[in-house]
Amino acid sequence: MLKKIIKITLAALLVMSMLATAAMAGATLKIESWRNDDSEIWTDIIIPAFNKAHPDIKVTFSPMPPAEYNAGLNAKLAGGTAGDLITCRPFDASLELFKKGYLVGLDDLKGMNEFSDVAKSAWQTDDGKSTFAVPMASVIHGFIYNKEAFKELGLSVPTTEAEFFAVLDKIKADGSYIPLSMGTADQWEAATMGFQNIGPNYWKGEEGRKALIAGTAKLTDKPYTDTWKQLAKWAPYMGKGFKAQKYPDSQNLFTLGRAVIYPAGSWDIATFNTQADFEFGAFPPPLPAGAKKGYISDHTDIALGLNTASKNQEAARTFLAWMTTAEFADLYANALPGFFPLSSHKVSLKDPVAQEFVDWRNTHESTIRNSYQILSRGTPNLENQLWNVSSRVINGTMTPEEASKETQAGLEKWYKPQQ
Amino acid sequence: MSVRGGKFAGFPHHVIVFLAPATIIYTMFMVYPLLDSIRLSLYSTDGTGAFHFTGLTNYITLITDPEWSNAFWNALKNNFKFFCVHMLVQNPIGIMLAALLSLPKLKGRTAYRTLIFMPTMLSVVIIGFIWQLILSPLWGVSESLLGFIGLTDWFQPWLGQEGTALLTLALISVWQFVGIPMMLIYAALLNIPEDLTESAIIDGATHWEIFWHIKLPLILPTIAMVSILTFVANFNAFDLIYSVKGALAGPDFSTDIMGTLFYRTFFGFQLQLGNPTMGATVATMMFGVILVGVLFYLFVLQRKLRRYAL
Repeated sequence: MLKKIIKITLAALLVMSMLATAAMAGATLKIESWRNDDSEIWTDIIIPAFNKAHPDIKVTFSPMPPAEYNAGLNAKLAGGTAGDLITCRPFDASLELFKKGYLVGLDDLKGMNEFSDVAKSAWQTDDGKSTFAVPMASVIHGFIYNKEAFKELGLSVPTTEAEFFAVLDKIKADGSYIPLSMGTADQWEAATMGFQNIGPNYWKGEEGRKALIAGTAKLTDKPYTDTWKQLAKWAPYMGKGFKAQKYPDSQNLFTLGRAVIYPAGSWDIATFNTQADFEFGAFPPPLPAGAKKGYISDHTDIALGLNTASKNQEAARTFLAWMTTAEFADLYANALPGFFPLSSHKVSLKDPVAQEFVDWRNTHESTIRNSYQILSRGTPNLENQLWNVSSRVINGTMTPEEASKETQAGLEKWYKPQQ
Repeated sequence: MSVRGGKFAGFPHHVIVFLAPATIIYTMFMVYPLLDSIRLSLYSTDGTGAFHFTGLTNYITLITDPEWSNAFWNALKNNFKFFCVHMLVQNPIGIMLAALLSLPKLKGRTAYRTLIFMPTMLSVVIIGFIWQLILSPLWGVSESLLGFIGLTDWFQPWLGQEGTALLTLALISVWQFVGIPMMLIYAALLNIPEDLTESAIIDGATHWEIFWHIKLPLILPTIAMVSILTFVANFNAFDLIYSVKGALAGPDFSTDIMGTLFYRTFFGFQLQLGNPTMGATVATMMFGVILVGVLFYLFVLQRKLRRYAL
């Protein structure tokens, strides 16, 4: 009897120690991210799918609140406690991490050729020679509208700016809805959902963006002043007290059915899917008078890089290489409608509104937000200035011409090609 | 007394033991970081992240370069406005509430005291959220409340306008912290012996006269202390503005104070990268402003105050 017990105990110990060694052999990867909203999608969908092919690599997703991410990540990297995989903001914030040696160059990673140069541009050195993160997704700007309210008021989707304002006038005249759901209290709404949303149509997308970087175009040029003039015209259609209206207020106004048109980022789709009980659709920024070609802001927003200090370089590379596959693109795009994969794989989206957004890629020219690459490096910071002046233009405390002058003066202060 | 064991025989060594924990902790977590951030403000970073000693360059930039100095003076000016509102509204109301609470025949004293002190114990995030909801032009109750007294037309999106946002935030902060001056002054008022007020009543003084001529002079040292506490707290303020208006302190920086300017500079914001050395410079300037205020209190105000032995 005693012998039997000893035998069983020994066998159990043996099995346990074997399990322990097995666990030690498999690497554990930790992902740093600001997408705390996506926590469940990573742990329930993406990581299990990865583990089907690579059961030996354990992956944990450890997000921080978005507002704390940059500061928190920098502190962790400096202290050597950051995770193996680092979710990267586009452009300078990540470029700085790469320059300081916190991120590994990934040009030799298998699958990197699945991404176009535009997709990779946000996570490259200025000369485009080294790429240091795997692009994950972009977000597209446009307008989301309440289909039922459109039907009720007999409105059709506007394609030109004249039609856009005619629609807004009709909604205003009817009086039962707020025409446009946007506020200026958070400032970024005015700049991102306003200026960067409709602006590419004026400055002709990439052409204008690159001209600004090259110094051959100025923010005092007509396209930019016209964009702000257009924004200034929005104010009468926005809700009462829009000066104190914050982003969640704008979302709620729309999902409660009190406002009809919502200047949107595609990431709003997921929120609206759960909160709005009416059917909604999307339309791209309407064309200004005389314009033939449409442009959309298809902004590269999120990527994943590899921490130089990671002890699991091989496992991390395996994970990153898996992220370049069609399987990941499909999982990610469908789990997070509104975040569009940047790889060249054909992905079919199950969400109809997300599909509408991504279809514009075929009919419109894509560009990214013009303040993100290089131009927000100095003091004053162009992005902060755009937030500030765009909200003031809508508030009516600044004219479009003054907005142009102030931002151009800011750029000239430190940016050589503009001097 | 016989002298034994030399010069230090009378030195009470156990004092060191008692002082040590506080001194060590205070030095480690307050004095050292403060001195180190002053040191950091004398450096600059280059593209690679290396630090170079540059002396007072950062301070000169902060005060003379219009890009920095505009923001700095604007933040300082707003901070003084923020402080003035507290001095003119919070402390007089605090004194008044304390005076009312200390009236001899007041019923429900403890209930009032607790209720008025309650907001002080709430988190700033909650305070910011509650007041944003109350004042919201979309879902807020303030418009309909104004409607009850026929003032609907007076309603404005106060938190969103350049002219009113800072004042509104300052008043929210007053609402939150009015309990502190009230409690301190109330405690001082309780210390005033009843014989004084009773004899004044026998001499025919009204409660009003008693307050102005007897109680107020006796609590002046407490009021001075409350003022300096307000000063230090206001120039270190950050959380309420950050939670309501964000680090860009809009509209057009009209609610930007030293704390938010420091946060933006040190940690960066959106696409603006953090600048630790310039941030340390702003922090040192904040420290300087507070230091000047406290020294003024210690060497000018406190010496002029008359204290009465009760």
